[in-house]
Amino acid sequence: MKRRRTSAATGRIANRAKQRYLPIMNQPPKQTRLMALANPTRFLSLADRLVPWLGALSLAVLVVGLYLAFTAPEDYQQGITVRIMYIHVPFAWIAMFCYSLMAASALGTLVWKHPLADVSLKAAAPIGAVFTALALFTGSVWGKPMWGTWWVWDARLTSVFVLFLMYLGIVALTRAMDDPARSARAAAILTLVGFINIPIIKFSVDWWNTLHQPASVFRLDGPTIHASLLWPLLVCALGFTLLFLTLHLMAMRAEVWRRRVAAMRRLSARAADLRPAGVRAG
Amino acid sequence: MNHIAYVTAAYLGSALAIAGLALWILLDQRARKRELKELEARGVRRRAQRTDTTS
Repeated sequence: MKRRRTSAATGRIANRAKQRYLPIMNQPPKQTRLMALANPTRFLSLADRLVPWLGALSLAVLVVGLYLAFTAPEDYQQGITVRIMYIHVPFAWIAMFCYSLMAASALGTLVWKHPLADVSLKAAAPIGAVFTALALFTGSVWGKPMWGTWWVWDARLTSVFVLFLMYLGIVALTRAMDDPARSARAAAILTLVGFINIPIIKFSVDWWNTLHQPASVFRLDGPTIHASLLWPLLVCALGFTLLFLTLHLMAMRAEVWRRRVAAMRRLSARAADLRPAGVRAG
Repeated sequence: MNHIAYVTAAYLGSALAIAGLALWILLDQRARKRELKELEARGVRRRAQRTDTTS
């Protein structure tokens, strides 16, 4: 009697578990759903829809940001040269953000073998290189009237220069081999190794005595910039970030197309090789 | 060199570099799109496209 009761209870539990888990078991695994989202064709249709809106939004935000930047009061010490801050600081932030995005993409390549991860890394590298070069250039042009020198080998400037060299190295590596699958792993490893430079850049002004000023926006005790200068800076940073994302999506789309062209050429060449000699001659 | 010249140089240089980058990406996109269209016009299909047409 007791045994019969036990088996009935077990049956009820099994039925309840089946009701609860069967719908979940019938769904595709989470990773499969994520991989479906990473399908290049799906990405292309998403990019086609996003790029025009994102581009227009970034231009609108940039126009507002630059208007605010040029109507903001001048700095009491730096005078008009403080206007360089509204482009220099966003360029430096994007230089680091872009590298962090590339490091995440590198993880996607090495760990999850995400189909678009290498495309993202390769497309981001030249854009990051340009923004890093601009951060160095605008910093140098700002440094001359304020510090009295174009360049100094202090920890912040040197670590950003190293970041620029890293970008150039990754650009070269991703374009050194014809087969993207072969260069993907090497570029991902190099990117992850170089990621150690990002915290060094961020904390270089705290760890070493530098001519470059310490952080004045992202601080534990809050920003030290007056709100009249901070808000235009944040709007400009948002505008340049949106512009970066637009350019990145466009570059990724071009890279997907480049790989499709390469694949189609390979298939076409293979088909020509397999054709009988008479057909080929005709 | 007065301070306005430094600000102008920074903004002009940045505008040129970003415009150049955007133009390079646009031209690259256009070239790849043209190549794809040429290959499709010659009847070359990717494996995924072949599967789509056969299924």
